[in-house]
Amino acid sequence: MDGINALLEGFGTALTPVNLLYAFLGVLLGTAIGVLPGIGPAMTIALLLPLTFSLEPTQAFIMFAGIYYGGMYGGSTTSILLNTPGESASVITAIEGNLMAKRGRGAAALATAAIGSFVAGTIGTLGLALLAPQIVKVAVQLGSPDYFAIMMLAFIAVTTVLGSSKIRGLASLGIGLLIGTIGIDPTSGQQRLTLGIPELADGIDVVVVAVGLFAVGEALWVAAHLRRQPVEVIKVKSARMSRDDWRRSWLPWLRGTAIGFPFGAIPAGGAEIPTFLSYATEKKLARHPEDFGKGAIEGVAGPEATNNASAAGGLVPLLTLGIPTTATAAVMLGAFQGFGIQPGPRLLDQQSDLVWALIASLFIGNVILLALNLPLAGMWARLLHIPRPYLYAGILFFASIGAYAANTSTFDLWLLLVIGLLGFFMRRFGLPIVPAIIGIILGPVAEEQLRRALQISNGELSGLYDTWFSKAVYAVALVLLVAPAVIDRVRARRGEPALAHSHANQEGE
Amino acid sequence: MAGSPQAAVKGGRSEYGVALLLLALGAWAISDALTLTDTASRGPVNARTVPILVGLLLVLMAVLLTIDLLRGGRGEQEGGEDVDLTHGSDWRTIGLLVGSFAANALLIDRVGWPVSGAILFFGTTFALGSRHYVRNAIISVVLSVGSWYLFYLGLGIKLPVGILKGIL
Repeated sequence: MDGINALLEGFGTALTPVNLLYAFLGVLLGTAIGVLPGIGPAMTIALLLPLTFSLEPTQAFIMFAGIYYGGMYGGSTTSILLNTPGESASVITAIEGNLMAKRGRGAAALATAAIGSFVAGTIGTLGLALLAPQIVKVAVQLGSPDYFAIMMLAFIAVTTVLGSSKIRGLASLGIGLLIGTIGIDPTSGQQRLTLGIPELADGIDVVVVAVGLFAVGEALWVAAHLRRQPVEVIKVKSARMSRDDWRRSWLPWLRGTAIGFPFGAIPAGGAEIPTFLSYATEKKLARHPEDFGKGAIEGVAGPEATNNASAAGGLVPLLTLGIPTTATAAVMLGAFQGFGIQPGPRLLDQQSDLVWALIASLFIGNVILLALNLPLAGMWARLLHIPRPYLYAGILFFASIGAYAANTSTFDLWLLLVIGLLGFFMRRFGLPIVPAIIGIILGPVAEEQLRRALQISNGELSGLYDTWFSKAVYAVALVLLVAPAVIDRVRARRGEPALAHSHANQEGE
Repeated sequence: MAGSPQAAVKGGRSEYGVALLLLALGAWAISDALTLTDTASRGPVNARTVPILVGLLLVLMAVLLTIDLLRGGRGEQEGGEDVDLTHGSDWRTIGLLVGSFAANALLIDRVGWPVSGAILFFGTTFALGSRHYVRNAIISVVLSVGSWYLFYLGLGIKLPVGILKGIL
């Protein structure tokens, strides 16, 4: 029960008026930015990072908690009210949600999404609070070979589970690892891939990378293909649902939570698969399956809860092992590193105040989110009408401030442009962004573990896989590599269509 | 949200450029690693190892991508709420955007963010097709001056004030 006590102390920190204000600001900004079309949660966090530069770590973490859930939920509003969703985790929500909105049931769709997010987020955060101390107990006993194995698994998961093309996923991972290598090697003190440019010696700032790939890359890409005719936004005043909606929603919320949390907690590539699973489950269990395809509320309630539960679950490996499983988590990890904090098993011991304040803020942020979204849904929906030139000009404007403010250096602005152009071409040629960002942020940590493991084993390569844990992890990785091909073959034999991964190239949740 | 078939076919030739880029990046990683002399690390893994492995990964992917392209594989362009993939990339817009962006990078230390930021915003709205010049100019100035105050006073981050020193 030590987790509960620590959590109560976390609430003590998070509930002071100033910290509550930061949580509120985080949720407010996270929702406002996240609801804007074309801006996913990862870009939301990257764009809002500079606002936390001058804060104490505790306040910054509290604000991150609010931005994280705010940005997640903002994306759902967009996908329900606009025809086409911009982020993979909301794709499934959009199917029935948009149909509901078109039939004049937008208020109910938004309400079941908001309340479902709240239920799933709260249960998921509770799961995080209970699970994290237990995982840390195991994790502190793991050595470098084990961590290296987990990171390899994360790399494999993010390139194979997501994405329609493994080659392009691995190519993207390679580009990310390459960018992560730039700078002085901490072990030998040698400059690697710096081209003799002194500004590159310290490596590329994570803000510049994240803002460049997500914000600048996305803005350039959309600008080159901007839809000239105005998009159709469905009008809603507020989010509310009838008694019948409640009756049909509460079980999908709980089932969605049960599906989403474990999927988020394992490094297996985010919310896309669990939301799809939840949708399929609800369709099978629904009392009126014929409603699916015409706007079934179960098809919004389930996937939306799944999405949020998986976001909460994703914080488990992030905080206890330092492993990000999604783009959003990777940007968070980068942000933590910016504060000199390396998430991992020792974090909960050494900075337990900070971690528990963060977890408590997630609970608080969830309540604020609900309070902001139910009555103000109409106001958020109005943000969808923002003229597109202002939206994308604003993204480039704030991206430039963020990159410049990171080190007050003009060099970073040029770097931002180069990375932004890289992001543009990756979108153009179907290289997914998520493996690159995971590679950049996790690559250097993985290298450190690799070298430490081989130093301990005196250079014996068997030192990488001689623990039972690392063996088990490599076995899972092998399954991930082989299973999709086997499943596709079996399906092909049965004449079923292969699982469509058409959204995998979009910005990860 | 897959790209329409025509759009996918059109970009066929340029996809080989991706393989070429991967090859170049891989070669760069390996050749850079070979210039390193690492005496500090023990064992088979030193400062060279990871860049060489990453370089090999990139070269391998360049080869596999080429094979995939020869077999008719195509990269899937990313869709989105505001994205219309039925026409090709609009290079004029990209050029204007990059120009505005570069103008800001060149000017920010000389004339300060309140001016260069306004140029950036105005330039990008123009590039994106907005022709409400007066309204855009007002929004640009309000945004750049407002963000300067927010960062300078509110967050303690000193964005350059430049030629407006003493006025703001």
